[in-house]
Amino acid sequence: MSVLVPPIETPEAAAAGAGWPARLHEWVVTVDHKRLGVMYVVAGLAFFLIAGIEASVMRWQLAAAGKTTVSPEVFNRLFTMHGTTMVFLVGIPIVFGFANYLVPLMVGARDLAFPRLNAFGFWAFLFGGLLLYFSFLGGDGLYGAGSAPSVGWFAYAPLTARAFSPGNSTDYWNLSILVMGFGTVATAINLITTTLTMRCRGMTLGRMPLYVWMMLVVSGMTVMALPPLSAAQIMLLLDRFLGAHFFDTQGGGSAIMWQHFFWFFGHPEVYILMVPGFAFVSEIIPVFSRKVIFGYPMVVAASLAIGFLSMTVWAHHMFAVGMGSPLNAAFAASTMLIAVPTGIKIFNWVATMYGGRIRFATPMLFACAFLFQFLCAGLTGVMLAVVPLNWQVTDSYFVVAHFHYVLVGGLVFTIFGAIYYWFPKVTGRLLSERLGRWHFWLFVVGFNVTFLPMHWLGMIGMPRRIYTYPADRGWDFWNLVVSLGVLFQAAAVLVFVVNVAIALRRGARAGDDPWDAWTLEWATTSPPPPYNFETVPVVGSRRPLWDLKYPADPDGPHE
Amino acid sequence: MATAVAPTPSMFAPVSTPAFAIREVSFLVLAIATFIFVVVAGLTVYAIIRYRRRPGDDGREPAQVYGSAQIELAWTVVPFLIVIILFLTTARYIFAIEGRAPTAQALEVTIVGNQWWWEIRYPKLGIVTANELHVPVSDPANPIQTFITLQSADVIHSFWLPQLHGKTDLVPGKTNRTWIEPLVPGTFLGQCAEYCGLQHAGMLLIVTVHPKDEFAQWVAAQQAQAADAPAARAGREVFVSVACINCHTVRGTPANGVFGPDLTHLMSRARIGAGVARNTPENLRAWVKDPTSLKPGALMPAMKLSDDKLDQLVAYLVTLR
Amino acid sequence: MSSRGRVGMVCLIVAEASLFAVFVVAYLFYLGKSLTGPFPKDVLSMPVLGTVCLLSSSVTVALGARALARGSVGRCGAWLLVTVLLGAVFLAGTAAEWSRLIMREGLTISTNLFGTTYYSLVGLHASHVVVGLVMLALITVFAWSRALRPVHAERVELVSWYWHFVDGVWVVVLTVVYVIGR
Repeated sequence: MSVLVPPIETPEAAAAGAGWPARLHEWVVTVDHKRLGVMYVVAGLAFFLIAGIEASVMRWQLAAAGKTTVSPEVFNRLFTMHGTTMVFLVGIPIVFGFANYLVPLMVGARDLAFPRLNAFGFWAFLFGGLLLYFSFLGGDGLYGAGSAPSVGWFAYAPLTARAFSPGNSTDYWNLSILVMGFGTVATAINLITTTLTMRCRGMTLGRMPLYVWMMLVVSGMTVMALPPLSAAQIMLLLDRFLGAHFFDTQGGGSAIMWQHFFWFFGHPEVYILMVPGFAFVSEIIPVFSRKVIFGYPMVVAASLAIGFLSMTVWAHHMFAVGMGSPLNAAFAASTMLIAVPTGIKIFNWVATMYGGRIRFATPMLFACAFLFQFLCAGLTGVMLAVVPLNWQVTDSYFVVAHFHYVLVGGLVFTIFGAIYYWFPKVTGRLLSERLGRWHFWLFVVGFNVTFLPMHWLGMIGMPRRIYTYPADRGWDFWNLVVSLGVLFQAAAVLVFVVNVAIALRRGARAGDDPWDAWTLEWATTSPPPPYNFETVPVVGSRRPLWDLKYPADPDGPHE
Repeated sequence: MATAVAPTPSMFAPVSTPAFAIREVSFLVLAIATFIFVVVAGLTVYAIIRYRRRPGDDGREPAQVYGSAQIELAWTVVPFLIVIILFLTTARYIFAIEGRAPTAQALEVTIVGNQWWWEIRYPKLGIVTANELHVPVSDPANPIQTFITLQSADVIHSFWLPQLHGKTDLVPGKTNRTWIEPLVPGTFLGQCAEYCGLQHAGMLLIVTVHPKDEFAQWVAAQQAQAADAPAARAGREVFVSVACINCHTVRGTPANGVFGPDLTHLMSRARIGAGVARNTPENLRAWVKDPTSLKPGALMPAMKLSDDKLDQLVAYLVTLR
Repeated sequence: MSSRGRVGMVCLIVAEASLFAVFVVAYLFYLGKSLTGPFPKDVLSMPVLGTVCLLSSSVTVALGARALARGSVGRCGAWLLVTVLLGAVFLAGTAAEWSRLIMREGLTISTNLFGTTYYSLVGLHASHVVVGLVMLALITVFAWSRALRPVHAERVELVSWYWHFVDGVWVVVLTVVYVIGR
């Protein structure tokens, strides 16, 4: 813990002495965006380990046909909790945690706009997460009525109705996410306000780091897309507790309406998860290629387009539901369209590397793997937009492969890259490059061995969310391969945990700017003092530190 | 009997017209996707290798290139054109497949999804069965499609046999339609593809495609009343008296329950429990004694019969060909 | 729009608008789909008094915010008190209507789709009115106790923005429930 105390002692620490209760108290009452950011990421990583274990148990069961390691009930709870945890308790807190930490520093501010609201957002998230996991303990009662939710992470109606999900397990899912949703919207409001009103002098919108632009887009999407989920969940609450009929098909309600409302949230949600990954690599790739990002205005425009278009594609999750040909075609069109700005960004990143002097430090390794894996994910996404093909592979392991290529091959890889990149800033110490390489290669191998064959399994008929499968379908071999990949991923994560533990104790000192980077967070100490900057900076271009290092050829005139 | 080989249910081994169409458009989009992947990944690999920092590097910064309007335009317009082509193709296939209407001689089937089994009805033929669909083959001299009306009695299910067509959901409160046109006889596999609760994994599907005459024989056999073998009268009594009739139908007996599968021609089915076990007397006995022993969570209650009654009952059930 | 509070409040309003929009969509989708009665045209009557009060309260809250911006704490408190009272009349009207619907017409949230969508939409709005009234009442108390000062003018203005939003939502709810829906 000692590395995280800033060089200038806070008054509280000075007064209270160095005992652990005092330090714990500091963290619990903090409204400092950097501390809250660290708390978000640490909690998110802890849930990542838990959800990873849930997935590992599932893959153990599916390694061969007819295995009965866990009962059907337990398996169904596992995939529900795995998905719910990864989306709401890992992805969201980590991406917003990073934004918490970085956005004020990158815009030259001393904190977020509403520090206490920030703290509320974190504690709402943590409470929601603990409430969800309390379901494993709470909710005893009738057979099948207690324990963790088992309705899938998107909880389709009417499976979630009282008639088909008795007891309280579904209510844990509903309420915990509802609570967390309020916290997420609060954080998004905080980020938007900070970005629009607290940039330092000279930093016009056109001079913000791409990371800040993309988090602005993400926050805008959050403000518009999270409330529909809350609305649907309130409706589900009313159905389950007060006998309302929103999704009660026996009473005239519509099961499809849940899907529309859920995916109206759900699709922007996956972009809310992925765009921060784009934001990470938009900072990492230029620095390690030693070149300015190619086409900054276009990357901004593409990000805005993605933000807007992501709200128009939701029913591509519903092509098999029977919406009719006109609607199917319309959503196919919008879904294919969103591939264009997404592809543009990939081209911009590659063009940045082109002509550079690429240094393959660990952050860059993860960013490069991201490029290939996300390209694959985007292309399978376009395939899924071809509605007749979608009719074959939706709700199959092909879709599972697609979204894991997005969220693991894309998001998790970029999160690891971001951790290796900004860990020195947060803690003042460098992670080991050697262990980083081991982490990277084990993870790249494990990830692809697990998720690449899943495309094929979907195409040969294996649906998702099944706790076992018959032996006569020809699925055995590839399921075994898929499960073996888990071992490599687990080893990679173990190496990562060891790397972090060692670095915290005796990592090499990082200094202010270990990567020779160009954005404002590198202009202050590592870790930064509570007030971020001794003097609030004034900037004249998109790369203020480049201007300082190369005063003869600043960026401004070129932009 | 139709051929017994049950192949892997691959979308790349279609046997039915809509599945062929889907495979066709899939090849096109796979080709486009592969091409794009090779080009972009290739350029990325090239950049990584060609522009990596070499050992003797002097640490100077390379030329900073801020952008290029022409290049940006090119790599916006080209993907946009690809999207247009792909969309127009997709739209054509969507309307062609979904817009197909039944001809006068099309076979009509209604399938109602239940947790966790399939009720299958042939309304114009007066047949009710479960879990195993039988259809006639369609040949050029005598083309015949099977149109399927899909409904649900409880939660959302999804009807998916990859070799016959893409999947279509069974949504409570809504009626969906799909169609198949198998062009060769044989047996084809599928299963429910929308998570529907505890035994979603145990809701399997078998479709048997018969040559025309064979199909007519199957229909005639299914339309017959239930067998009433004198030797099995004792079991028939058990069946009628022990609450079975509340859920099951056996045409020609007082049993006309609708909550469970129709058992009139139970023994004409290859499997029980929606595919989880083979249809043998031993398995039947185990099922009736306690369904959850074969399918944990099955909604049929354990009948708690004495061993004698159980034996008699099974002896009756196996006569229901 | 360079003030943190303004940007924050606008964002909150956007989020709330998104929340309400979904309930409005559900209401419109389920119009005419109830399997049994009571039906809207049989039991709903336009809440004229409540509407007039609520919409007038937008005027009074604006006057109160302006008074504080011009330095008059007392007048601000007075206008806000009127606002609170007008809002309370609105809520009382809603309560009376619900009482009539439940006791005499037998319409509850579980009766049919109309009951489900009506009580949830009107109830969601009413809950937002309650929150607004609590805020305004607090400010009124602060005005009376002289804890409120002209330097707080922007904060009061932001609360008035929230209140205008709540009134705007009422216009939408009124149109959807009592005009289109009847």
